[in-house]
Amino acid sequence: MAALSIHTKDLTKKYSGKTIFKNISFELSSGDSAVIVGRNGSGKSTLMKIIAGIISPSSGTMSFMNNGNKVEFHDVKRKLGFVSPYLNLYDELSAIENLRLFSGLKSDSAAGDEGLVSLLELTGLADRRNDEVKTYSSGMKQKLKIAFAMLNEPELLMLDEPRSNLDKSGIETMERIAEMQKGKGILIIATNDEDDLKLCSKRINIEEHK
Amino acid sequence: MKSRFLNNVKLVFLKDIRSELRTRYVINSLLMFVLVTISIIRFAIGDEKLEDELLTGLLWIAVFFSASGGLSRTFVKEEEKETSAALKLTAGPAEIFTGKLLFNLVLTFVLNFFILVLFILITGYTIKNPGLFMVVMSLGNIGLVAASTIIAAIISKANSKGTLYPVLSFPVLLPLLLTVINATKLASAGIDTKEIAGEFLILVSYNAVVVTVSLMLFPFVWED
Repeated sequence: MAALSIHTKDLTKKYSGKTIFKNISFELSSGDSAVIVGRNGSGKSTLMKIIAGIISPSSGTMSFMNNGNKVEFHDVKRKLGFVSPYLNLYDELSAIENLRLFSGLKSDSAAGDEGLVSLLELTGLADRRNDEVKTYSSGMKQKLKIAFAMLNEPELLMLDEPRSNLDKSGIETMERIAEMQKGKGILIIATNDEDDLKLCSKRINIEEHK
Repeated sequence: MKSRFLNNVKLVFLKDIRSELRTRYVINSLLMFVLVTISIIRFAIGDEKLEDELLTGLLWIAVFFSASGGLSRTFVKEEEKETSAALKLTAGPAEIFTGKLLFNLVLTFVLNFFILVLFILITGYTIKNPGLFMVVMSLGNIGLVAASTIIAAIISKANSKGTLYPVLSFPVLLPLLLTVINATKLASAGIDTKEIAGEFLILVSYNAVVVTVSLMLFPFVWED
């Protein structure tokens, strides 16, 4: 099993002089699962974006280790899966074209269509794989985001409000994926949903860092 | 490592081409803009035969404003549709910038082909040294696209996206435009290649500097 770990120290984010959160420190290793909680607008998504490397913290440090050796973020990025309300895939491309594109960008050897179709089967989108994403419902788009996050078997899976717009089967799939992730890497969920809280063993409460 | 970079550049470039062909997000509005601009020039000059020097200026006005309408959309579209996060998570900044630069180059070259054909047909613009003219136009386009692409990345992060492009692009593009208009004028007049060596050197240097600085600056712009 891979042994990726995340180490953050005193992460602080400010926007226009206003402190969103301050001094968040935690460590997560492979097999760990953590839930980030806090009221709406407290900065859960902001913290998720910082961990995913999409935005930078105002201060504080974050590092990744693999089997005790420091790894650069661009190497971690290849093994990172991220679902977020602020992350959309291309409406004008089909589901399979989106997955082909991002699989090709993430990896030296892009997954063949078989692997991509199996991801779409897992999320219940295989029948609509050749349809442009703009014809999808919001729930189907959320399922596609989950398939996108699962590309290249992520060692770090980050789910921001993962239940958004999902139907019962979609929620079951998401929960199954989350359970599987705990056995092979790190799982981080940002949510206030009680059912999501049960999926994770550690808790990071943003309200304690205001 | 090198092949991975080239592969990702190709993927970003092909993605943009495919998106554009399906949505006609930029090309339709630009072609209409070109048609309107050239028509206005035609109506304004009537039956008069303008000097080629003046026509060269008009040609570059059409090229500059057409490009500014389309090239600034490259990154704005990614931000507006919230697709930039997926790109950030999967590709490196240099790969994304180079892929988008190539897409903008292709878009601009196609667009300028139409501008030039229409311009010659409507105004009777004569080009006495076509080979040199094409080289000068190509160098001018590369500079225009390189500067516009990094400016597009900067304004995509701003709140007032529409108004920022002309404000930021004018000072950056001024040296390029002054040089390329002069070189185009000389090339269309049929002057010998060695007589515009100075302009040639300035254009090549401008392009090299802008592309290099853009590649260095882009990660800071792109990664917030």
